[in-house]
Amino acid sequence: MKPLLTYTLRQGDRALILAQRLLETITHAPEIEEDMALSNLALDLIGQARALYTYVAEIEGDIDGAVRDENHYAYCREQHEFQNPLLVEQPNGDFAQIIVRQFLHDAYAFPYWRVMQHSTDETLAAIAAKSVKETAYHLRHSRSWLVRLGDGTDESHRRAQAAVDQMWRYTGELFETDEVEQALVSASIAFDPDELRNTWLHTVAGTLTEATLEMPDDVVMQNGGRSGRHSESFSRLIGELQVLARAHPGATW
Amino acid sequence: MAADTDALQKRFDQLIDADDRIEPRDWMPDEYRKTLVRQIAQHAHSEVIGMQPEGNWLTRAPSLRRKAILTAKVQDEAGHGLYLYGAAETLGTPREELLDRLHNGRQKYSSIFNYPTLTWADMGAIGWLVDGAAIMNQVPLCRCSYGPYARAMVRICKEESFHQRQGFQIMLTLANGTPGQQAMAQDALDRWWWPSIMMFGPPDSESVHGDQNTRWGIKRFGNDELRQKFIDATVPQADLLGLTIPDPDLRLDEETGNYLHGPIDWGHFWDVVKGNGPCNRERLGTRVDAHEGGTWVRQAATAYAEKQAKRATEAAA
Amino acid sequence: MSGKADWPLWEVFVRAKRGVSHVHAGTVHAPDAELALQNARDLFTRRSEGVSLWVVKSNDITASDPNDRESLFDPADDKTFRHPTDFELPDEVANM
Repeated sequence: MKPLLTYTLRQGDRALILAQRLLETITHAPEIEEDMALSNLALDLIGQARALYTYVAEIEGDIDGAVRDENHYAYCREQHEFQNPLLVEQPNGDFAQIIVRQFLHDAYAFPYWRVMQHSTDETLAAIAAKSVKETAYHLRHSRSWLVRLGDGTDESHRRAQAAVDQMWRYTGELFETDEVEQALVSASIAFDPDELRNTWLHTVAGTLTEATLEMPDDVVMQNGGRSGRHSESFSRLIGELQVLARAHPGATW
Repeated sequence: MAADTDALQKRFDQLIDADDRIEPRDWMPDEYRKTLVRQIAQHAHSEVIGMQPEGNWLTRAPSLRRKAILTAKVQDEAGHGLYLYGAAETLGTPREELLDRLHNGRQKYSSIFNYPTLTWADMGAIGWLVDGAAIMNQVPLCRCSYGPYARAMVRICKEESFHQRQGFQIMLTLANGTPGQQAMAQDALDRWWWPSIMMFGPPDSESVHGDQNTRWGIKRFGNDELRQKFIDATVPQADLLGLTIPDPDLRLDEETGNYLHGPIDWGHFWDVVKGNGPCNRERLGTRVDAHEGGTWVRQAATAYAEKQAKRATEAAA
Repeated sequence: MSGKADWPLWEVFVRAKRGVSHVHAGTVHAPDAELALQNARDLFTRRSEGVSLWVVKSNDITASDPNDRESLFDPADDKTFRHPTDFELPDEVANM
């Protein structure tokens, strides 16, 4: 049960932390239409995190008999207990960075949820069936924008390339695997992330070409999300997320 | 030409008298058009600026459910701003120009959004009081004489019905919560009560545009009438929450069944309207930064669209 | 500043469910058709209001002039025989 718990928690963390970053941008988008679009992405991701955390609470409850809910995992854990990939916690920067982070994530998340529909774990398969539709749209949106920024003006091209160069080092971690995942892969609950790499690379390479952007090479990849070693900015993100809930322990909202 | 204008004016008056709708391509008096552009644009600006006080708490919402609800609400406000800009644009003024007027201070937005959101309870108070007052102002606009505005308002009122309910539910949860939460709820009511009842505007005796707008079917009820209606609806709700409305003079008039309120500080109201509220600078500053900071993005998309159109033409040639 | 920053206006039509026509819902701003569709989706179908969308550039719409209203539409008013209610039939002919 423990690997399934950790694995599901990671997926929930990935969704929640990306949503939290997107929420920081609301009211600051380059056009009001884009405030709507980014809110939609955030809403879908919050929904995914809630479903995943609710499942984690169920799994953990079966292990130790304690009653927890989705909020426990968002609001009552220390920063090192979060296991999202570093990519999704990267600070917002300019709109190019928001879009590139989103695109590199969505190009992974879409095929991820697509294959997870075939998980032997019924709950995860059901969450995947819902998430795959949402993520297909996210990818469509972030891809549309990346192409426009890359192949737009000189300024937007420069910013988009800088964002790709900046975010690229956090993409290797998406495809790493460890014993937690291997245990689930052998039970067909999860799938080898390395098998998603080609699909991801295909989407990313095609889009970067269309966007007239260069794919970085020879990049030293960063990792640490899974072991709870996050970026410097992460403790502020978690602090803000939890400030109110922690100030009123035991309160209902 | 004069005879033509007379005939057009007569036709316009007939439609207004019959409580029928004016549509975008109809002839209308210049003053009617100007009044509507101003009112719809200010309404749109209020929705867009109104995202900020609540947007302030998106990252700190204390539960995932509340976070999702607040996100949906702030998103609705962006959407309502867009519906309204769309309605204003049917009168011939492009959104870009309306936004310019907001950004350079020539057009206003509702002063209520110039107050800070200091605690989570403000999310409750805004939904309960501010949206409650807004709905009271807006429902009559669903029957406004200008078709696109009326249609936008129908959609907005329908979508906003959850906004007030979620706000009241936040207040209810806090009022039944820990002593700290209860204090937070009372403090929010203390801060939002007077600004909320000022949302209906100055007393009718001092209101500038009242009569003509009533004649044109743009305004259906007086400011004082709506304010009274709001207070009468809200006082029992505060009782239900066990919270005290910060007006020592508030009392029920047995004869009319209305709650009589104490004097409203209109001097303060005009200070805020004129730009001297607690957050006027921050609200406008954030909006202008977003818009100016987004220029390169909007230009990029336009440039890409032009390139694509050129490529399509070349491919066809 | 290089290049224009304001995006053109698009009219949005939403099909609420299968079996009914697309109905005009409002407008969005977007730089091109693809983003106009995405913006329309985010603005007009947040509450499951649609199963299909059309967007068309506002400038591409040709509308009738309200001043032609009488010549365009009034001539139809006296052709009541185009409506079934114009024909009185004996009660015995129940449904026709």
